[in-house]
Amino acid sequence: MNNFSSEQVRWPVPWNLAVNSAQPSPVAMGTVAIYSLFIINKSGGLIYYKDYGSAGRMDTNDSLRLASLWHSMHAISQQLSPTTGCTGIDLLQAHNFDLHCFQSLTGTKFFVVCETGTQNMEILLKTIYELYTEFVLKNPFYEMEMPIRCELFDLNLAHVIQKDRVALLGR
Amino acid sequence: MQFFGGSSLTSVAPDSSPAPAAPPGTGTGSNAQVIYVFNRNGVCLLYREWHRPLRTLARNQDQKLMFGLLFSLRSFTAKIDPTSTEHANLGAPLLPGQGCSFHSFKTNTYKLNYMESPSGIKLILLTHPRTGDQRDALKHIYSLYVEYVVKNPLYAPGSPIKCDLFNKHLDQYVKTLI
Repeated sequence: MNNFSSEQVRWPVPWNLAVNSAQPSPVAMGTVAIYSLFIINKSGGLIYYKDYGSAGRMDTNDSLRLASLWHSMHAISQQLSPTTGCTGIDLLQAHNFDLHCFQSLTGTKFFVVCETGTQNMEILLKTIYELYTEFVLKNPFYEMEMPIRCELFDLNLAHVIQKDRVALLGR
Repeated sequence: MQFFGGSSLTSVAPDSSPAPAAPPGTGTGSNAQVIYVFNRNGVCLLYREWHRPLRTLARNQDQKLMFGLLFSLRSFTAKIDPTSTEHANLGAPLLPGQGCSFHSFKTNTYKLNYMESPSGIKLILLTHPRTGDQRDALKHIYSLYVEYVVKNPLYAPGSPIKCDLFNKHLDQYVKTLI
Protein backbone atom coordinates (compact mmCIF):
# COMPACT_ATOMS: atom_id res chain seq x y z
CA MET A 1 0.00 0.00 0.00
CA ASN A 2 2.86 2.34 0.62
CA ASN A 3 4.24 1.88 -2.86
CA PHE A 4 3.84 5.45 -3.84
CA SER A 5 4.17 7.24 -0.57
CA SER A 6 7.84 7.72 -1.30
CA GLU A 7 6.95 9.69 -4.43
CA GLN A 8 4.42 11.57 -2.42
CA VAL A 9 7.11 12.83 -0.11
CA ARG A 10 9.39 13.99 -2.86
CA TRP A 11 6.77 16.25 -4.35
CA PRO A 12 5.76 19.03 -2.06
CA VAL A 13 2.00 19.10 -2.18
CA PRO A 14 0.71 22.63 -1.70
CA TRP A 15 -2.88 21.77 -0.87
CA ASN A 16 -4.29 20.15 2.20
CA LEU A 17 -4.30 16.61 0.92
CA ALA A 18 -1.13 15.30 2.39
CA VAL A 19 -1.88 16.63 5.85
CA ASN A 20 -3.42 13.51 7.24
CA SER A 21 -0.30 11.42 7.63
CA ALA A 22 -1.89 8.71 9.72
CA GLN A 23 -1.95 5.92 7.17
CA PRO A 24 -4.91 3.59 7.60
CA SER A 25 -4.82 -0.15 7.69
CA PRO A 26 -5.07 -2.01 4.38
CA VAL A 27 -8.29 -3.60 5.57
CA ALA A 28 -10.08 -0.50 4.43
CA MET A 29 -9.38 -1.23 0.78
CA GLY A 30 -12.30 -3.62 0.57
CA THR A 31 -14.92 -0.87 0.39
CA VAL A 32 -15.76 0.83 -2.85
CA ALA A 33 -17.35 4.24 -2.71
CA ILE A 34 -16.28 5.43 -6.14
CA TYR A 35 -16.94 3.25 -9.13
CA SER A 36 -15.23 5.19 -11.88
CA LEU A 37 -13.79 8.52 -12.92
CA PHE A 38 -14.08 10.18 -16.33
CA ILE A 39 -12.39 13.32 -17.62
CA ILE A 40 -13.77 14.84 -20.82
CA ASN A 41 -12.14 17.61 -22.83
CA LYS A 42 -14.06 20.64 -24.02
CA SER A 43 -15.17 18.99 -27.25
CA GLY A 44 -16.54 15.86 -25.62
CA GLY A 45 -13.61 13.50 -26.11
CA LEU A 46 -12.66 11.19 -23.29
CA ILE A 47 -9.15 12.01 -22.11
CA TYR A 48 -9.01 9.98 -18.92
CA TYR A 49 -10.96 7.01 -17.64
CA LYS A 50 -10.30 4.96 -14.57
CA ASP A 51 -12.33 2.14 -13.14
CA TYR A 52 -12.36 1.46 -9.39
CA GLY A 53 -14.43 -1.68 -9.25
CA SER A 54 -17.53 -1.60 -11.42
CA ALA A 55 -19.27 -4.94 -11.74
CA GLY A 56 -19.10 -5.35 -15.50
CA ARG A 57 -16.20 -4.68 -17.81
CA MET A 58 -16.61 -1.65 -19.99
CA ASP A 59 -14.63 -1.66 -23.21
CA THR A 60 -12.85 1.40 -24.56
CA ASN A 61 -15.40 2.17 -27.25
CA ASP A 62 -18.22 2.16 -24.75
CA SER A 63 -16.44 4.51 -22.39
CA LEU A 64 -15.76 6.90 -25.29
CA ARG A 65 -19.41 6.79 -26.29
CA LEU A 66 -20.60 7.38 -22.75
CA ALA A 67 -18.28 10.34 -22.40
CA SER A 68 -19.49 12.07 -25.53
CA LEU A 69 -23.08 11.24 -24.66
CA TRP A 70 -22.62 12.89 -21.29
CA HIS A 71 -21.07 15.91 -22.95
CA SER A 72 -24.11 16.45 -25.16
CA MET A 73 -26.64 15.78 -22.42
CA HIS A 74 -24.84 18.31 -20.26
CA ALA A 75 -25.26 20.86 -23.04
CA ILE A 76 -28.92 20.01 -23.64
CA SER A 77 -29.75 20.36 -19.96
CA GLN A 78 -28.60 23.97 -20.16
CA GLN A 79 -31.03 24.65 -23.01
CA LEU A 80 -33.97 23.26 -21.06
CA SER A 81 -33.44 25.43 -18.01
CA PRO A 82 -36.50 27.41 -16.95
CA THR A 83 -34.35 30.23 -15.60
CA THR A 84 -31.23 31.95 -16.86
CA GLY A 85 -27.64 31.11 -16.00
CA CYS A 86 -27.71 27.33 -16.13
CA THR A 87 -24.32 25.64 -16.26
CA GLY A 88 -25.40 22.04 -16.77
CA ILE A 89 -25.91 18.93 -14.67
CA ASP A 90 -24.07 18.76 -11.33
CA LEU A 91 -25.60 15.62 -9.94
CA LEU A 92 -27.46 12.74 -11.52
CA GLN A 93 -29.24 10.45 -9.08
CA ALA A 94 -29.93 7.04 -10.55
CA HIS A 95 -31.39 4.08 -8.72
CA ASN A 96 -28.06 2.28 -8.32
CA PHE A 97 -25.53 5.10 -8.31
CA ASP A 98 -24.93 8.84 -8.14
CA LEU A 99 -22.98 10.76 -10.74
CA HIS A 100 -21.29 13.98 -9.71
CA CYS A 101 -19.99 16.28 -12.41
CA PHE A 102 -17.71 19.28 -12.21
CA GLN A 103 -17.01 21.54 -15.15
CA SER A 104 -13.96 23.75 -15.12
CA LEU A 105 -13.99 27.25 -16.61
CA THR A 106 -12.22 25.99 -19.71
CA GLY A 107 -14.90 23.38 -20.38
CA THR A 108 -13.09 20.30 -19.17
CA LYS A 109 -15.56 18.08 -17.34
CA PHE A 110 -14.75 15.71 -14.50
CA PHE A 111 -17.30 13.20 -13.33
CA VAL A 112 -17.31 10.40 -10.84
CA VAL A 113 -19.77 7.55 -10.54
CA CYS A 114 -20.23 6.62 -6.89
CA GLU A 115 -22.58 4.87 -4.52
CA THR A 116 -25.92 6.53 -3.86
CA GLY A 117 -25.83 9.12 -1.13
CA THR A 118 -22.05 9.55 -1.06
CA GLN A 119 -21.20 12.94 0.38
CA ASN A 120 -18.40 15.40 -0.30
CA MET A 121 -17.91 14.42 -3.92
CA GLU A 122 -17.70 18.08 -4.94
CA ILE A 123 -14.61 18.41 -2.79
CA LEU A 124 -13.10 15.29 -4.30
CA LEU A 125 -13.76 16.59 -7.81
CA LYS A 126 -12.16 19.91 -7.01
CA THR A 127 -9.18 18.04 -5.60
CA ILE A 128 -8.91 15.99 -8.77
CA TYR A 129 -9.09 19.21 -10.74
CA GLU A 130 -6.23 20.59 -8.70
CA LEU A 131 -4.22 17.47 -9.42
CA TYR A 132 -5.01 17.91 -13.11
CA THR A 133 -3.76 21.48 -13.14
CA GLU A 134 -0.73 20.53 -11.13
CA PHE A 135 0.47 17.37 -12.82
CA VAL A 136 -1.14 17.41 -16.27
CA LEU A 137 -1.28 21.01 -17.37
CA LYS A 138 2.14 21.79 -15.95
CA ASN A 139 3.63 18.78 -17.68
CA PRO A 140 5.65 20.14 -20.63
CA PHE A 141 5.08 16.99 -22.66
CA TYR A 142 1.31 17.08 -22.34
CA GLU A 143 -0.61 18.25 -25.39
CA MET A 144 -3.86 20.02 -24.63
CA GLU A 145 -7.09 18.09 -25.21
CA MET A 146 -5.21 14.83 -25.70
CA PRO A 147 -5.49 11.69 -23.54
CA ILE A 148 -3.74 12.03 -20.21
CA ARG A 149 -0.70 9.83 -19.77
CA CYS A 150 1.12 11.34 -16.83
CA GLU A 151 2.60 9.05 -14.23
CA LEU A 152 2.57 11.61 -11.46
CA PHE A 153 -1.08 12.35 -12.05
CA ASP A 154 -1.88 8.65 -11.79
CA LEU A 155 0.10 8.25 -8.60
CA ASN A 156 -1.38 11.24 -6.85
CA LEU A 157 -4.85 10.40 -8.02
CA ALA A 158 -4.54 6.90 -6.61
CA HIS A 159 -3.43 8.42 -3.35
CA VAL A 160 -6.35 10.84 -3.17
CA ILE A 161 -8.94 8.20 -4.05
CA GLN A 162 -7.52 5.88 -1.44
CA LYS A 163 -7.68 8.61 1.17
CA ASP A 164 -11.23 9.33 0.21
CA ARG A 165 -12.24 5.73 0.64
CA VAL A 166 -10.63 5.59 4.01
CA ALA A 167 -12.37 8.77 5.07
CA LEU A 168 -15.67 7.23 4.00
CA LEU A 169 -15.00 4.13 6.00
CA GLY A 170 -14.11 6.17 9.04
CA ARG A 171 -17.47 7.90 9.18
CA MET B 1 -67.99 19.53 -22.16
CA GLN B 2 -65.91 22.26 -20.70
CA PHE B 3 -65.65 20.26 -17.51
CA PHE B 4 -63.94 17.21 -18.98
CA GLY B 5 -63.24 18.80 -22.26
CA GLY B 6 -60.61 16.54 -23.81
CA SER B 7 -61.76 14.71 -26.88
CA SER B 8 -60.19 16.73 -29.70
CA LEU B 9 -57.36 14.48 -30.80
CA THR B 10 -55.96 16.33 -33.73
CA SER B 11 -54.04 19.33 -32.57
CA VAL B 12 -52.85 21.03 -29.44
CA ALA B 13 -54.37 24.45 -29.42
CA PRO B 14 -51.73 26.97 -28.36
CA ASP B 15 -53.91 28.28 -25.56
CA SER B 16 -54.98 24.85 -24.37
CA SER B 17 -53.34 25.01 -20.96
CA PRO B 18 -53.21 28.59 -19.75
CA ALA B 19 -50.54 28.66 -17.10
CA PRO B 20 -51.54 30.49 -13.97
CA ALA B 21 -49.16 33.30 -13.25
CA ALA B 22 -47.53 32.04 -10.12
CA PRO B 23 -45.83 34.87 -8.28
CA PRO B 24 -42.11 34.16 -8.65
CA GLY B 25 -39.91 34.02 -5.63
CA THR B 26 -42.63 34.20 -3.04
CA GLY B 27 -42.60 31.89 -0.10
CA THR B 28 -45.95 30.35 -0.96
CA GLY B 29 -44.54 27.07 -2.11
CA SER B 30 -43.96 28.03 -5.73
CA ASN B 31 -41.14 25.52 -5.94
CA ALA B 32 -42.45 23.65 -8.92
CA GLN B 33 -41.66 25.38 -12.17
CA VAL B 34 -42.72 23.17 -15.06
CA ILE B 35 -44.32 19.77 -15.55
CA TYR B 36 -44.18 17.57 -18.65
CA VAL B 37 -46.09 14.35 -19.16
CA PHE B 38 -45.10 12.09 -22.05
CA ASN B 39 -46.56 8.80 -23.14
CA ARG B 40 -44.47 5.89 -24.35
CA ASN B 41 -44.48 7.16 -27.92
CA GLY B 42 -43.00 10.51 -27.00
CA VAL B 43 -46.23 12.46 -27.40
CA CYS B 44 -46.38 15.29 -24.91
CA LEU B 45 -49.69 14.77 -23.13
CA LEU B 46 -49.35 17.69 -20.79
CA TYR B 47 -47.15 20.71 -20.51
CA ARG B 48 -47.83 23.13 -17.74
CA GLU B 49 -45.69 25.87 -16.33
CA TRP B 50 -45.97 27.84 -13.13
CA HIS B 51 -42.75 29.76 -13.12
CA ARG B 52 -40.67 29.94 -16.26
CA PRO B 53 -38.98 33.25 -17.05
CA LEU B 54 -36.71 31.79 -19.72
CA ARG B 55 -37.92 30.15 -22.92
CA THR B 56 -35.06 29.46 -25.29
CA LEU B 57 -37.03 27.31 -27.72
CA ALA B 58 -40.49 27.07 -29.19
CA ARG B 59 -42.77 24.93 -27.10
CA ASN B 60 -42.82 22.08 -29.57
CA GLN B 61 -39.04 21.99 -29.91
CA ASP B 62 -38.62 22.23 -26.18
CA GLN B 63 -40.81 19.18 -25.62
CA LYS B 64 -39.00 17.15 -28.23
CA LEU B 65 -35.64 18.08 -26.76
CA MET B 66 -36.81 17.11 -23.30
CA PHE B 67 -38.01 13.72 -24.48
CA GLY B 68 -34.74 13.18 -26.32
CA LEU B 69 -32.73 14.07 -23.25
CA LEU B 70 -34.67 11.63 -21.11
CA PHE B 71 -34.29 8.90 -23.70
CA SER B 72 -30.53 9.41 -23.83
CA LEU B 73 -30.19 9.68 -20.07
CA ARG B 74 -32.06 6.41 -19.68
CA SER B 75 -29.73 4.56 -22.01
CA PHE B 76 -26.75 6.30 -20.39
CA THR B 77 -27.69 5.19 -16.88
CA ALA B 78 -28.52 1.68 -18.06
CA LYS B 79 -25.13 1.41 -19.70
CA ILE B 80 -22.95 3.00 -17.02
CA ASP B 81 -24.67 1.19 -14.12
CA PRO B 82 -21.70 -0.08 -12.08
CA THR B 83 -23.65 -2.65 -10.10
CA SER B 84 -24.83 -4.88 -12.93
CA THR B 85 -22.66 -7.08 -15.08
CA GLU B 86 -24.74 -7.27 -18.22
CA HIS B 87 -25.46 -4.20 -20.23
CA ALA B 88 -27.37 -3.85 -23.45
CA ASN B 89 -25.71 -1.87 -26.18
CA LEU B 90 -25.77 1.86 -25.81
CA GLY B 91 -28.85 3.25 -27.55
CA ALA B 92 -30.71 -0.04 -27.69
CA PRO B 93 -34.39 0.55 -26.93
CA LEU B 94 -35.28 -0.11 -23.30
CA LEU B 95 -38.64 -1.21 -21.99
CA PRO B 96 -40.03 0.71 -19.02
CA GLY B 97 -38.34 -0.62 -15.90
CA GLN B 98 -35.59 -2.38 -17.81
CA GLY B 99 -32.03 -1.53 -16.83
CA CYS B 100 -30.98 1.06 -14.28
CA SER B 101 -33.06 4.22 -14.42
CA PHE B 102 -32.72 7.55 -12.64
CA HIS B 103 -35.04 9.63 -10.52
CA SER B 104 -33.58 13.11 -10.63
CA PHE B 105 -30.79 15.33 -11.80
CA LYS B 106 -29.76 18.71 -10.52
CA THR B 107 -28.20 21.75 -12.13
CA ASN B 108 -27.48 25.10 -10.53
CA THR B 109 -30.81 26.56 -11.72
CA TYR B 110 -33.27 23.69 -11.57
CA LYS B 111 -33.83 20.13 -10.50
CA LEU B 112 -35.50 17.64 -12.79
CA ASN B 113 -37.52 14.90 -11.15
CA TYR B 114 -38.43 11.94 -13.30
CA MET B 115 -40.75 9.02 -12.97
CA GLU B 116 -41.74 6.36 -15.47
CA SER B 117 -44.78 4.20 -14.95
CA PRO B 118 -44.87 0.57 -16.10
CA SER B 119 -47.11 1.63 -18.97
CA GLY B 120 -44.46 4.06 -20.18
CA ILE B 121 -46.03 7.30 -18.94
CA LYS B 122 -43.18 9.67 -18.09
CA LEU B 123 -43.72 12.39 -15.52
CA ILE B 124 -41.17 15.18 -15.42
CA LEU B 125 -41.31 17.84 -12.75
CA LEU B 126 -38.89 20.74 -12.77
CA THR B 127 -38.42 22.33 -9.38
CA HIS B 128 -36.13 24.71 -7.57
CA PRO B 129 -32.65 23.12 -7.23
CA ARG B 130 -32.84 22.95 -3.46
CA THR B 131 -36.08 21.00 -3.21
CA GLY B 132 -35.81 17.58 -1.65
CA ASP B 133 -36.69 14.16 -2.95
CA GLN B 134 -39.86 14.37 -5.05
CA ARG B 135 -40.43 10.69 -5.77
CA ASP B 136 -43.52 10.53 -3.57
CA ALA B 137 -44.81 13.74 -5.07
CA LEU B 138 -44.51 12.27 -8.54
CA LYS B 139 -46.31 9.15 -7.39
CA HIS B 140 -49.09 11.32 -6.08
CA ILE B 141 -49.28 13.25 -9.35
CA TYR B 142 -49.46 9.92 -11.14
CA SER B 143 -52.36 8.87 -8.95
CA LEU B 144 -54.06 12.17 -9.82
CA TYR B 145 -53.50 11.33 -13.46
CA VAL B 146 -55.07 7.92 -13.00
CA GLU B 147 -57.98 9.32 -11.06
CA TYR B 148 -58.89 12.33 -13.18
CA VAL B 149 -57.54 11.53 -16.64
CA VAL B 150 -57.51 7.78 -17.18
CA LYS B 151 -60.86 7.32 -15.47
CA ASN B 152 -62.37 10.15 -17.48
CA PRO B 153 -64.70 8.52 -20.03
CA LEU B 154 -64.18 11.32 -22.53
CA TYR B 155 -60.40 11.06 -22.51
CA ALA B 156 -58.87 9.17 -25.43
CA PRO B 157 -55.53 7.57 -24.52
CA GLY B 158 -52.59 9.21 -26.26
CA SER B 159 -54.27 12.57 -26.70
CA PRO B 160 -53.24 15.76 -24.92
CA ILE B 161 -54.75 16.09 -21.46
CA LYS B 162 -57.40 18.77 -21.26
CA CYS B 163 -59.20 17.84 -18.09
CA ASP B 164 -59.92 20.85 -15.95
CA LEU B 165 -60.42 18.78 -12.85
CA PHE B 166 -56.96 17.26 -13.22
CA ASN B 167 -55.37 20.64 -13.82
CA LYS B 168 -57.11 22.08 -10.81
CA HIS B 169 -55.96 19.32 -8.51
CA LEU B 170 -52.47 19.43 -9.98
CA ASP B 171 -52.18 23.17 -9.37
CA GLN B 172 -53.47 22.74 -5.87
CA TYR B 173 -51.09 19.92 -5.05
CA VAL B 174 -48.05 21.52 -6.62
CA LYS B 175 -48.45 24.57 -4.40
CA THR B 176 -47.85 22.39 -1.37
CA LEU B 177 -44.52 21.00 -2.57
CA ILE B 178 -41.51 21.89 -0.49
